[in-house]
Amino acid sequence: MRFVFSPPADEAAGLMTLPFGEPLEEWQDERLVEIRQRGLSRHVVRFVAEGGELYALKSISERLARREYRLLRALAELNVPAVKAVGIVVDRGPDLDAILVTRFLDYSTTYRALFSSPRVGHPSDRLLDALVELLVRLHLSGFFWGDCSLSNTLFRYDAGTIAAYLVDAETSEQHPTLSTGQRLWDVELATERTGGELLDLQAGGLLPADVDPLSFGEKLSQRYDRLWDELTREETLPPQEQRHRIAKRLRRLNDLGFDADELELISTPDGNKLRIRTKVADSGQHSAQLFRLTGITADEHQARRLLNDIASFRSHLEQKSGNPVSQIIAAHRWLEEVYDPVVASIPVGLRDRLAPPEIFHEILEHRWYLSEQEGQDVGTTAAAKSYFKTVLPTVPDPLATATEYAAELSRLSDQDQIQ
Amino acid sequence: MAPVSLEKINKVYENGFHAVKDLSVNIADGEFMVLVGPSGCGKTTALRMVAGLEDITSGILRIGGKEANDETPKQRDIAMVFQNYALYPHMTVAANIGFALKLRKLPKAELDAKVKEAAEILGLTDWLDRKPGQLSGGQRQRVAMGRAIVREPSVFLMDEPLSNLDAKLRVQMRAEVQRIQRRIGVSTIYVTHDQVEAMTMGDRVTVLREGVLQQVDTPQVLYDNPDNIFVAAFIGSPSMNLYDATLGTDARSLKLGSQEVDLPESVLVARPALRGYTGKKVVVGLRPEHLPAESDNATGPKLVGEVELIEALGSEQVVHFTIDANRVLAEGAVDKDEAATVKHGEGVARIGAKVPVKVGDKLTFAVSIEDMKFFDESTGLAIRT
Repeated sequence: MRFVFSPPADEAAGLMTLPFGEPLEEWQDERLVEIRQRGLSRHVVRFVAEGGELYALKSISERLARREYRLLRALAELNVPAVKAVGIVVDRGPDLDAILVTRFLDYSTTYRALFSSPRVGHPSDRLLDALVELLVRLHLSGFFWGDCSLSNTLFRYDAGTIAAYLVDAETSEQHPTLSTGQRLWDVELATERTGGELLDLQAGGLLPADVDPLSFGEKLSQRYDRLWDELTREETLPPQEQRHRIAKRLRRLNDLGFDADELELISTPDGNKLRIRTKVADSGQHSAQLFRLTGITADEHQARRLLNDIASFRSHLEQKSGNPVSQIIAAHRWLEEVYDPVVASIPVGLRDRLAPPEIFHEILEHRWYLSEQEGQDVGTTAAAKSYFKTVLPTVPDPLATATEYAAELSRLSDQDQIQ
Repeated sequence: MAPVSLEKINKVYENGFHAVKDLSVNIADGEFMVLVGPSGCGKTTALRMVAGLEDITSGILRIGGKEANDETPKQRDIAMVFQNYALYPHMTVAANIGFALKLRKLPKAELDAKVKEAAEILGLTDWLDRKPGQLSGGQRQRVAMGRAIVREPSVFLMDEPLSNLDAKLRVQMRAEVQRIQRRIGVSTIYVTHDQVEAMTMGDRVTVLREGVLQQVDTPQVLYDNPDNIFVAAFIGSPSMNLYDATLGTDARSLKLGSQEVDLPESVLVARPALRGYTGKKVVVGLRPEHLPAESDNATGPKLVGEVELIEALGSEQVVHFTIDANRVLAEGAVDKDEAATVKHGEGVARIGAKVPVKVGDKLTFAVSIEDMKFFDESTGLAIRT
């Protein structure tokens, strides 16, 4: 038996004691975890909780396992949202396929869970946007997915929006750039597969009545075309507007989470034709900035929200002191006086419902809502108390339901509190 | 249904790699064409150009007589079969087959009729109301085929569709795919690296090597009359025994290592061009079944080999032997690891089950000389006329 793990391998050291010499479907190990409402899979997939992390283990042929492992690592290097490949296990014994190990995405959810317990209206619009954005990011990075579906995607709340992460790269291909045919075929497959998945939910009585599976795919294709066009279209710029229009276009690309890799201006009789080679932005600029200032790891929208709160806290400090306060000082004080106390006060039993930055974002939303109701600012502490009592308990349980895992998470969060 | 024609098709990637070179092949309406060759031969690239997934660098692709170079995959009216099918657990088999038509808002009566017809072809009629969980592996594959059938595409494209199945199901599905294709008569292009799959499934087989067409013909013609050393070595299992040899000065004998094999006049009559090779080096090829044991009442010029290994199959014995002639290995035709283990002068023969033989014996074969193939040593091309 051979284990091939990407560094740091110590993360996965505990996995080595799993019964890899037996067929995955026959495993009986106390670390096995059931995932509720998971997507459809052609292969045997099981989940394991180890060292406070959750891992997905998929049994596939060695050729496919090695390929998918390589592609998932390439996606990580390109900043495309995808599950992290931990390693592969090969030469497990006669007639046993290889096993691909990936880390289950923290605080993520599936399309089936989103439709069965919608939090704010049904999620199909936000799901579509998230999936389209993921597909466009893949295509700009030269990746053909080949199996874009809701089952092959995990979703995570990101400050009110939903972010999509690729889970299954078994059929993916990496090219220097994609041909138009490859892109359109990927969209065609996505259209059909997502439609099929919603028809399946409908057949199982699991789809809200107001979601139309027949139009879901059509919308996906339309939204993809719109976003792709916005990111890549060529436009002719009259010389006098050139500078302003290029700046505007670049700002728009950044707002959408993308960057210009290369700009090309081609002279034509009507002006200069602007051709942009767009790329996926390096890891979210807001996430990076928040991490630099506070050490908090957050998704892009969450980070933007938290940075806004730091900015508002900074102006409050400046107003109070009558002196300028540097951003770094403001961030440190915000962390100490605002963020950490709020996170520490999350009831232990509800800690695994959402990521702390998402909870903090929702508390800010809740604060705004309560303040509007009361006609005055209720403050973060009161908002947090109310949120923990009335909103957080309504968030669905995490998808992993093994008692062992829940106990382990609880133990780890107790340790955090002690520290 | 539509014929497909590739006219001098080329694919050159941005990095300069020339994956397909001047490929010209015509696939007749309803024909089952297999593209086969070793890894990197350009077969998948060729298929992807037909599918519209790769841009065509030069040349003309016609589907149904219409130029299709600039059409999107959807416009080409093709169906890719078996691509990572997912069966939907809450939907019946009928719904699983017909869901793509439902998404296209096809009227229900029309949809039902198409699903019914496809199920009848696939032998799934009695299973239409069941859920996928109740199906066997083979039936699940057939549902996936059903999805392609109900679309009634002009062309089916299949890229190693059976490669991920276990050996038993793969053999079963080969026959199934072939039967269904014959029944519905849709032009099909099927890519495989497995020459056995190619030979057993295709109406015709296109053999490719390093992006260049080697030969396109029926499986039997490829086997009996390979155009060159590569095809001779690639097609057939065990593969053809190929040796360096020298034609005698009167072209009536052949020097194979230290042995001399008589060539009757009939060989020269059938291949008059051989006379031009008198006294020169050629490559000769013999299929294992054309080397019966002399002691089994076979007639023909003698060739003696030292027995190295015997595989007794019940109906026959497969004998691995060596002679002192140089064994020719066509580059790329045999797996690299396998090629590395081939010994100097190694050969394989199929002899009768009852022939007494043991390892280390000097076994005399009666060469079926009319079946011997001759190739030009420098070009690798068959010497026929």
